[in-house]
Amino acid sequence: MLAMQKLSHRLANPSNFMALSGRLLPLCCGLAALLLIAGLGLAFFGSPPDYQQGQTVKIMYVHVPAAWLALMIYALIALSSFTLLVFRHPLADVSAKAAAPIGATFTFLALATGSLWGKPMWGTFWVWDPRLTSVLILFFLYLGLMALRASIEDEALAAKLTAVLSLVGIAILPVIKFSVEWNSLHQPASVMRLGAPTIHPSLLWPLLVMALGFMALFAALYLKAMRNEILRRRLKSLRKVAATGAGAALSQQAAV
Amino acid sequence: MSAFWQLLGRDVLIAWKEGGSIGIALGFYLVVVVLLPLGLGPDLNLLARIAPGVLWIALLLSALLSLGRLFEADFEDGSLDVLATGALPLEAVAAAKALAHWLTTALPLIGLTPVLGLLLNLNPDAYGVLLATMLAGTPAVSFLGAVGAALTVATRRGGLLLGLLLLPLFVPTLIFGIEAIGAALTGADSFRASFLILTAISLAAVVLAPVAAAGALRFQLQ
Repeated sequence: MLAMQKLSHRLANPSNFMALSGRLLPLCCGLAALLLIAGLGLAFFGSPPDYQQGQTVKIMYVHVPAAWLALMIYALIALSSFTLLVFRHPLADVSAKAAAPIGATFTFLALATGSLWGKPMWGTFWVWDPRLTSVLILFFLYLGLMALRASIEDEALAAKLTAVLSLVGIAILPVIKFSVEWNSLHQPASVMRLGAPTIHPSLLWPLLVMALGFMALFAALYLKAMRNEILRRRLKSLRKVAATGAGAALSQQAAV
Repeated sequence: MSAFWQLLGRDVLIAWKEGGSIGIALGFYLVVVVLLPLGLGPDLNLLARIAPGVLWIALLLSALLSLGRLFEADFEDGSLDVLATGALPLEAVAAAKALAHWLTTALPLIGLTPVLGLLLNLNPDAYGVLLATMLAGTPAVSFLGAVGAALTVATRRGGLLLGLLLLPLFVPTLIFGIEAIGAALTGADSFRASFLILTAISLAAVVLAPVAAAGALRFQLQ
């Protein structure tokens, strides 16, 4: 706990964050590439086709990690928002802003792969089932977060208001988690459940490797997006300084 | 507490004297419901089957229409600043305004619903349960709507944004409202569960939404 607090204090200085994330980023990229290649190899050559689903079971190796991330990223945004509103941590809004489009993308990926799987298995691309509907709402929530931020010019105000909206929307997470229990067509959780996973080890291993690969991929994208956002803010404040004429004075000083 | 009632009375009076907002919401509700049979064809059996859903959706859209103005006028003329510096907590101000919206928009819309039910050939057994689900579910619409209105009070083009922000939040209310009606008409015992969840959503919104709305307003009043 204390170590976390220390790290959080150190990261409040963007320069420290840039240094740390600069070292972590290549690591995450490499790890993501390695795990995704290994996971896809395992999924296609190391795991058997399902006795009922045949080869379409392979879709699961993309669908399930994407769906996990869709929820995880929303939780991360809510946590960042909470940190912004309560502790005013300077990185919190950078984190929430960077994570939203990535989360929306993974949610879309989960919906799209799910419907590709649904066509051969359920006979339809889409059913109005509690699980599918609630994930679709999650997707709209992500869009709402981005739209609200985009519509407010004052960035500090946009950050706070988006944070409020993301905390209001957090009610959707338990709904998604438990939606499979309301006579849903979607199968219940088979890995993240109390007790042993109900999925066969030959299918579980490639899935876990893929899930780790997706998380590394998210970490890489997230860090890169946060770094870009920090650079954009620096650039903006530099431009402001230049525009007010202080820039001219500074460069004169430098010349002397 | 008397400040709360005074504010509530003032907002209800403004909505009543202005007349426009209530009338527009009612007119919009009427027009949406009338458009649907024109688009779907006058098949009475089909209309009877989809009537509860159509009425619920039209009600949500009509309520949305007037939610955008919830804080806007007071924000523009500075009344909201006065309210924010007054003795009444901003949470209570938000709650009073949301309650005023429920009284002046949701209740008249619900009152008009039986008439529109006739137009859609609504099953006579469904009237009671439809009105009950609307009464139980619409507080969530007004109070969650107050959060959306507070978030967009300073933005131009706020109206379109409000729909994108709020309609996803209204989905649980819509789903459980329709489920309760369906269960009641088929005699399934899931009516009780759906109706209780619908009420629970409304009660949670009444308690939590003013806090979020007040938070959002404070950031914009600074």
